[in-house]
Amino acid sequence: MDQDAITITLSVNGVSRSLRVQASHTLLKVLRDQLGLTGTKECCSMGECGACTVLVNGRAVNSCLMLAAEADGCEITTIEGLAVDSRLTALQESFLAEGAVQCGFCIPGMVMSAQYLLDHNAHPTEEEIKEGLAGNLCRCAGYSRIIEAVRAASSGVGASTGVAAPSKDAGR
Amino acid sequence: MTDWIGRSAQRLGGKERVNGAQKYVGDIRMEGMLHAKMVALNCGHARIVSVDTTGARAVPGVLCILTAHDLPQPVPRFGPTAQDRPVMAVGETKFFGEPVAAVAAETEDAAREAAARVRVVHEKLPGVYTVDHALDPASPLVQDPSLRPKDPLRATNILEELSYGWGDVTSAHADAVFDNVYTFPMVTHFAIEPHVFIAAPEDGGVKVWSPIQHPFILQRTIADCLGLPLAKVRIIAPDSGGAFGGKGYPKFEPLVAFLALATGRPVRLALTLEETFQAGRRMATRVRVRSGFQKDGRIVFQDIQADCLIGAYADIGLRVVEKASYTACGPYRVPHARIHSRALLSHTTPSTAFRGFGVPQMSWAVESQMDEAALGLGMDRVAIRLANLASRGEEFIKGDLPCDGDWRESLQKAAAAIGWGTPLPKGRGRGIALGLKISATYAASYCIVRLHYDGSASLLTGTTDMGQGARTVFAQIVAQELGVPVDRVTVVMGDTAVVPYDTSTSASRSTVIMGSAVLRACGDVKEQVLKLAAELANVPEAEVSFENGIVRSAKGQASLPTLLRDYYGTTRGEVIGVGSFLKRKTPGHPLAGKTVFYELSCSAAEVVVDEETGMATISRYVTVCDVGKALNPQHVEMQDSGAAVMGLGHSLMEHIVLDEDGQIVNLGALDYRIPTIKDIPAVMESFTVENGDGPGPYGAKGVGEGGLLATAAAVGSAVREAIGTPIRDLPLTPERIWQAIQERGAGRPPVGKQARA
Repeated sequence: MDQDAITITLSVNGVSRSLRVQASHTLLKVLRDQLGLTGTKECCSMGECGACTVLVNGRAVNSCLMLAAEADGCEITTIEGLAVDSRLTALQESFLAEGAVQCGFCIPGMVMSAQYLLDHNAHPTEEEIKEGLAGNLCRCAGYSRIIEAVRAASSGVGASTGVAAPSKDAGR
Repeated sequence: MTDWIGRSAQRLGGKERVNGAQKYVGDIRMEGMLHAKMVALNCGHARIVSVDTTGARAVPGVLCILTAHDLPQPVPRFGPTAQDRPVMAVGETKFFGEPVAAVAAETEDAAREAAARVRVVHEKLPGVYTVDHALDPASPLVQDPSLRPKDPLRATNILEELSYGWGDVTSAHADAVFDNVYTFPMVTHFAIEPHVFIAAPEDGGVKVWSPIQHPFILQRTIADCLGLPLAKVRIIAPDSGGAFGGKGYPKFEPLVAFLALATGRPVRLALTLEETFQAGRRMATRVRVRSGFQKDGRIVFQDIQADCLIGAYADIGLRVVEKASYTACGPYRVPHARIHSRALLSHTTPSTAFRGFGVPQMSWAVESQMDEAALGLGMDRVAIRLANLASRGEEFIKGDLPCDGDWRESLQKAAAAIGWGTPLPKGRGRGIALGLKISATYAASYCIVRLHYDGSASLLTGTTDMGQGARTVFAQIVAQELGVPVDRVTVVMGDTAVVPYDTSTSASRSTVIMGSAVLRACGDVKEQVLKLAAELANVPEAEVSFENGIVRSAKGQASLPTLLRDYYGTTRGEVIGVGSFLKRKTPGHPLAGKTVFYELSCSAAEVVVDEETGMATISRYVTVCDVGKALNPQHVEMQDSGAAVMGLGHSLMEHIVLDEDGQIVNLGALDYRIPTIKDIPAVMESFTVENGDGPGPYGAKGVGEGGLLATAAAVGSAVREAIGTPIRDLPLTPERIWQAIQERGAGRPPVGKQARA
């Protein structure tokens, strides 16, 4: 680390971390390369594919567009932080059961975007699911099983509020 | 009995894919690993005058910079069909993105910084970027003629000229002839996982990590380039994050291997998404078809001239042209066929395998001609196809495997599902099309099944899993045959030092070909188990049976774990079964052998076209694939619907655009659109035809490519019906459709008929 390094403190998956990071490094790079959390994926590096989606203070963010320095003081949740005691969440289980997963490379980002959607709208309509996942590209699946997975995870918890989820923030 | 076949077992490795634990190549870190970056020029064709690395070497952390001069001379060349691609550009660059130099440094930042400081003095040269350029005798030659001194075409940009056919097109009499030209642009694979390669010196040789589909082809490529025996080249191919053919053949692995040997350290090269666009693509085609028909709708002849723009180096492009041309007439009975194809070199990204292997391009042309004929002869588009479709057992491609399915069933099923013949509001249209693809024509696939002491089993196979689900389906076969639950089966893949040889994971072959080998390995295990049981019970082998994991004889019955424990005792041991599927090349056959099976699909689309904007929206989409037997119905459906959406991409929105210097102007996710979740059809259904008539285990045929073979033609047909005029160039963008509507004129021509299905 050289003179461009700065110290940040953040919480990642519930664990407080103090890190020296390069000023130019993205949150994505720090998560993957410094913290070894490689579940968050890198593809387009320009905020278009959603493979790097994580939650920052509860909001879905493309971590390739956010500098690590900007995450100072934030609470970060990555795909590794969803399962408790290695038990998958209902959403993760649904992705498996509905056959939404093929190669799997887009799935961490897809799951995080879906998690954000469900956090804000427990019973999204199909259109709301599509809107919520519009920033996540998948090249294997026909997407319909991904929609089914989110729908299945959201079912049985009561009626839809009918309120649209806030759309995903591009950068932060 | 637990039946594992025909059951949607959950994906092996699924849990790791939803919790982030799955390790793709890019997730691998190792001690002392260096990072590489390639240096390329901003044009398709240039002469390299000099390369100055002084500034780059001054960047802290840079350990090594290689140019072609630092490699063995002559610079090693490689490629699966022609060994024409140098490890790095020699003398000139032949496509936008071809590496001129490569840097290895302690950090990615240093590598990027140093790569930016390598100064390449170069002279931009005129390039060959289109079919017309390639065929123009005044154009520069892409390939150095000395690479193919004996080839009479060496002084042209035609790498290969192919002719197939039968009958006599010239003297055949047709009542009606339709003559049209269809184009299909370059498109890119866009796997969400960009290619990442790592190489490290190991054991007097080299170890290479790559998301490669065909690790054994990479192994021999590295061995040839570095002058090493196969035993000193170890390929690790972790499950990839999507491949679709784009990770089939070696790209920059030899370069990374040279960097690793030069530095003595592990070296990692991670391509950006932009660089993956420069690493492979689908070949562009211009196909002219003259089709002769009788008045009753029967085909008299097909006269097909396909010009295929394959790129700067052959890669597997020659094979794509061969296989796609060979089946260009589709699944029909064609009395007279003449197919003439040219594989054209150009200063563009080398084209490579891409799901469908050239068939989507051919079917776009030939299926659209079926519609043309239906319109011209006043026939229904389904009826004209039914009138010509080959019947089971019919040798519709002279000298090859006869029709191996009830193909009418696929067509009729799709027609019924799309509501063929029911009334449509104005501005809507329906289309239907068939796709036919041959599979492998030769293969050598081996596997090992180890039945462990506790009755669990491991399968070792050289096939790779790129998301298509080979791992899961193989485990189901082992489970079915040995009576071991799927969760007690491990499938080991992707390490050439451990798994036995497999030709490739391509051509929708694995369920049929490696699946058969797995079945045989299980048979070998079963035979040995019977011997052990007979010996233990002291009865003749014929009096022992083995079914569902239970061994029975007159003296009683035992589960596998019990039998193994009783037989081996505390000595322990295991039963090892070996299976293979070998189909050697057939001398004299134009494709080195008959296909193992045909992959046939039918696609049907209903579209709504907004005449104001030209936007085509798919309101309903149906795919029917003849799969013989779906070993895992959910996996089959996932492959088919995924293929369909990928096909909608090249039908409606995807195309690589070059500028006058041969640069790709729409590199990356922002400017190159692939379907998002909001682009999928409002209703999308996929069906199978299962008659148990495939050559694979339990009657299976291959799946995975079928779903996109005929997408473009089906969508094109629907758009044509909606707007009343044909478009013969892909993709069917709003601009192109709007333009066609404007040029349609006042006299709206008749649309293709739809009889009730």
